[in-house]
This record gives sequence, structure tokens and C-alpha cells, in this order.
Amino acid sequence: MKVSLFATCLVDMFQSDVGKATVELLERLGCEIDFPESQVCCGQPAYNSGYVKESKEAMKKMIDAFASAEYVVSPSGSCAYMFHEYPHIFKGDPVWETKAKRLAEKTYELTQFIVEVLKVEDVGARFEGRATYHTSCHMTRLLGVNKAPMTLLSNVKGLEFTQLPGKEQCCGFGGTFSVKMAQISEQMVDEKVQHVEETQADYLIGADAGCLMNIGGRIDRKGKPIRVLHIAEVLNSR
Amino acid sequence: MAMKIGVEEFKERVGKGINDSFMRGAVAGAQDSMGTRRLSAAEELGNWEDWRSHGEEIRKHVLENLDYYLEQLSDNVAKRGGHVFFASTAEEANDYIRGVVASKNAKKVVKAKSMVTEEIHLNSCLELAGCEVIETDLGEYILQIDDHDPPSHIVVPALHKNKEQIRDVFTDKLGYQKTSKPEELAGHARETLRQDFLTADIGITGCNFAVAETGSFSLVTNEGNADLVTSLPKTQITVMGMERLVPTFEEMEVLVSLLTRSAVGQKLTSYITVLTGPREELDVDGPEEFHLVIVDNGRSKILGTEFQSVLQCIRCAACINVCPVYRHVGGHSYGSIYSGPIGAVLSPLLGGYEDYKELPYASTLCGACTEVCPVKIPLHELLHKHRQEIVEKEGKAPISEKLAMKAFGLGAASPALYKIGSKLAPAAMNPFTNGDKISNGPGPLKAWTEIREFPAPNKERFRDWFNNREKGGNQS
Repeated sequence: MKVSLFATCLVDMFQSDVGKATVELLERLGCEIDFPESQVCCGQPAYNSGYVKESKEAMKKMIDAFASAEYVVSPSGSCAYMFHEYPHIFKGDPVWETKAKRLAEKTYELTQFIVEVLKVEDVGARFEGRATYHTSCHMTRLLGVNKAPMTLLSNVKGLEFTQLPGKEQCCGFGGTFSVKMAQISEQMVDEKVQHVEETQADYLIGADAGCLMNIGGRIDRKGKPIRVLHIAEVLNSR
Repeated sequence: MAMKIGVEEFKERVGKGINDSFMRGAVAGAQDSMGTRRLSAAEELGNWEDWRSHGEEIRKHVLENLDYYLEQLSDNVAKRGGHVFFASTAEEANDYIRGVVASKNAKKVVKAKSMVTEEIHLNSCLELAGCEVIETDLGEYILQIDDHDPPSHIVVPALHKNKEQIRDVFTDKLGYQKTSKPEELAGHARETLRQDFLTADIGITGCNFAVAETGSFSLVTNEGNADLVTSLPKTQITVMGMERLVPTFEEMEVLVSLLTRSAVGQKLTSYITVLTGPREELDVDGPEEFHLVIVDNGRSKILGTEFQSVLQCIRCAACINVCPVYRHVGGHSYGSIYSGPIGAVLSPLLGGYEDYKELPYASTLCGACTEVCPVKIPLHELLHKHRQEIVEKEGKAPISEKLAMKAFGLGAASPALYKIGSKLAPAAMNPFTNGDKISNGPGPLKAWTEIREFPAPNKERFRDWFNNREKGGNQS
């Protein structure tokens, strides 16, 4: 199966290990990976801040970049969701609405793709450790992916899993919210870190680079002995 | 504009909220318990999503035919001998009510809880005219005796106070000498209020749902105070937001079911009071004179716009009870009597961006509000629409942000520029980089790194790794 990877700008620039793990994992599952070179940012930071006009230019580039893809897979629920928003954003546009629909229809978040398209529930991973999982808001509420990551994690050998208290609560990232409303964001991420600590987990796993950068950055600053990992890295462990 | 509370700037209000540990404890506890109760009440109904769709359909239908139903309602109220006044503004509503009060030479008014009368600041208007106004909902009563502390929640107005603080207010203002046990506090309020019910000249209520077909008004309470407000005083005034109506009792039943479950996780509240016009010949109680005041105050301007769905709101506060921002800053931070996600959408529409331009940004767009709304208002999408309006039409965004977004538009939209930019990032960030992280970032990163680490850009971007690998380079 041919998969075009929508790596996301955060992974491309800051978390290349997540990108590598995603590629290796999908290849092991029999996929042939392609990385369209002209991909940029999905436009979400500008779009969510109200700069719709500016963000549309980036969106058009993304639609073109993935035009010939069979499947588009992203290791980020929020960014994958953004592709699903495109048809709504370009509604009424004679050229771009149809193209946006086509892109949305073939775009999947990584775990969703593995479970729903590849029909795999056990990727054969082994990961020793006590871990908890952060359910990202956009991935669960807006993209509607709830079960796939849990299904895959439950089949990882050696993984001791603990449920995160208040898991449905936002971590306080929210893109530019984290800097625009810094004082509120701080309270939110602190409560999240406190909940992670309550689980006594050694690892916090997530499927969204933005949330992980926020929670991980706070954990690191506070010097807490908790490692933050993307789900692709866990599923790629042997 | 009238719904504004306080004069402090947004940041000051938020700072105050965050530092109020009593309030935060009370809010977090209430959110957790109400959230659990709401979920079980919704699940118990079985097909909650169908109920939500039905609720949405009813509200949409009413808004699309609002003129028809308002006319039907007015006709039916008039037929039963009631007086109907349509107020375009808060001032018109207040003037009319003050006129009724003056014509009755009324000295004392008892009120049931009503957000629309908070919105138009009715109490202070009547007090200025020399009339004593007494709130009879326990939460509102507590706030009123505490020097008119504004409500911080649309269903539980005194949510920001714990029982010890309430005891202190009672002790200071009423000479109360008992404990902070809720039963004793409520008992004291009941005793005091009973005299007020019996001696009031006028009763004023809000309205949960007006029933157009019969000219009836329903009030949903747990204390039964609305029963007394509508049956003891000789004159009764009901004040309603112009969108708060349903065609018949059948639709009211659906919406009340959604309301009580969403608001407090109850199948039904202790009292649903329904009032239809003034007392009739064989009635043993009820007002001799009935006035209906329908308040527009900016609502009709929302009709027909992209924000119309906000008028579907049935004021259940489910969105407030799940909002992670409200959880940490509390209701007063919003600077409006309408707080939380619904307040952040509604306040700028009714009160203008000048006072409320920050509110649409006081959200991570996490979508928790949209998910729980019993009438399916896409709240987080409306918050986003506000941001777009602020940027594109109002031009109220900061210049630095505009420039940054312009740069984003150019950079992110050009694969070549994006590639160069991301390639140069490690070198550009080098002065700020310490190992694999940035602890003291420049520009917009400053606010981030004040409390968290930011990852240093990878020296080898993912795309470089991928391309090398394709060329048969590194195989990891």
C-alpha cells in the first residue's frame, strides 16, 4: 500500500525521531512511504488565530502537494483533523472545495490508519515500562479517533498502562493560546502534569506533537523524571 | 454593554482569578461533580444524541420563525389580559418596568433568578428609583447581600464562594450566628425571605421557556422560590430574552429534559413553575396584573448572521462546566455576567468587541463545549469566527501578530521559503539553544519558555533524513 506521509512542521523541524519511527513502523506493516517534498505547514496556527486569508495559501500548497497521494497519513491528530477541515474552509470555492474534499477523504491519523485501513491491531511492539496516555482534544473530539491508539497500546508487550485522571481535559496548548494566554495555559499544563504524576508513570505517551511539546516542555522545566514519547516511537519499539 | 461587570482589564481579572485559591477549589470541585452527574443523566436517557438533535431542531425552527412565534405569544398573553412590552434596548426595558413599579407605588420587589435582568442591570435601576429589590434564589440572595457581588456562573451564580465564605457574609450582613452547614444557612435565608414574599408589591421573574401557543411561561428551579414570586405579589412582571420561546408544551418538555440534565445532572428539577397570565376568576392565587417584557438588547442583530446559532442557547451552562479555561480563571475573569464558552461567544455580540475582544481567545478551541451543548451550538467554531472578525473586519489584532502571520502566510505557503527557513532554523536559534532545548527564547517564544522548555530545531530535519535514506544514505 502506498502511503504519502504528512509529517507536520513540528515533526519535520523539531521531532524528527517521531517521523523516523512513523516511517519504520509503516514500512514494517508493508507500506511504501513517500514524502511529498513540497509539503509545508497545514496552516492551523494562522487559521486558529483568525488569519483565514493567510492560512488559505498554505492550505492550497498542501492540497497540491498531496494531490496524487493514495493515502495521506500523519502522526498528529490535530494536523490530520486540519485536512478534514479544509472542505469546510473552502466551502463554495469552485476550484478548491472539490480538491479539499478529495484530500480529506484520504487523510488519516497514524493509529487510525493502522487500525481502520491496514486492519492491524497488534503491531508486534515490545516496550517495557509503566505508561499513561494523553488523549488529545482535536484527535478525539474533532477527528473522532478514540479507540485506535488504545487498541494498539493494549497489544504492546511489556507495557504497563495506567489511565490518566482527567484525560478528557485540554493540556493548555491550543497553538498560539499557549503564548497569547500564557498565564492560563500555565495553570492548565500544570494540572495536566500533576495528573500525569499521580499515575506514577515513567512515560507519558501521546499522538500529537503539539500537546507533547507543551506537556513535555513543562515536565522538563520542572525536572520531573517522566519521559514523553510519541505513540509512533512506542509502537516502533522492539 | 449593560452586562459588563467591573472595570479591570482582562489580564488583571484573570490574574485575580488564578490567585483566588478558594474560588478555584470551589470551581474545580463543582465542575468535577456536575460533569459526572451530567454524564450519567445523559446516559440514562439512552439516546442522548437523538435528544440533542431534536433540541437543536426545535431551537433552529423557533429562530427561523421568531417573528411568527413572538406575535403568537404576544397575542395569547394579551388575550388573557396581560400587558406585553417589546424593549429594543436595556434602557427601554428598565424604563418600562420602572414605570410599572411607579404606577403601583411599589416599595418592595421580590425576584426569581433571571440572567436577562442581570444583563440589563434591572436591580440597580429599580433601587435608584427607591424600590427595595430582593433576590429570592439562594445563590443570587447570597451575592446580593454581599454588596452585589456579580454572578460567576449562569446557573450557579455564587459558585465562586464556599460555605465558609457564605457563612461569613451572613454573619457580617445579617447578624447570623450559626454554623456553615448548608441546611442552617439555607434555613436562615428561608426565614428571612418568607417575610419578603408576603410583603412584596411586585414579583419579577425571568423565563426559561415561553410557550407561544398558550402564552405561558415556565420557570425551572430547585428552590420553589419562583412559585412564591409568581403567586403572592399582586403584580407580576416576566422579563424574557426575545429568543427564549417554544411553539407548544410538547417542545418545552424536550428542552426542559435537556436543560435539567445538562445543567445539574437531574432528570427533573424540584419545581417547574408554569404561569399563564393574571389570576382568573376561580383561581385562589396568582397576580392580579401581568406584564411581559420581551428584551431584544442586541439579539435581533445576531439573527441572520453567522452567529445566529448562539441564540439556540437554553442557558444550561454545560459548556461552562466542562471548560478548562473557566476551570482555572473563574467566571468573573470574563468581565461579563455571561461567562465560560457561551459568554465568550455572546458577550462580544451583545456588548461589543471594545470590552470583550480578549474573550474569543480565552479558549484552546478544545471543543469540549461543543461536545456537551444540548442544542448543538458549535461554540468553538463561533469563537473562531470571532477571531476572524477581529482580525479581518475589526482590525483589532496587535501589529506584531499581524506581521508574524503575514510572514507565516508567505513562508508556509512557499515550499521553497519553508524549506530554507526550516533549514536555517538551527543556526538562527543557536544563540538561544542549550543542548537540545531552548530555555530562554526570543520574541513569541519568550512567553513559552518562561514556564516550559522549547525543543531546539533538529540539525538534521526529518525530510533530510528521509531524502538521504531514499538515496541509499543512512539506514537507521
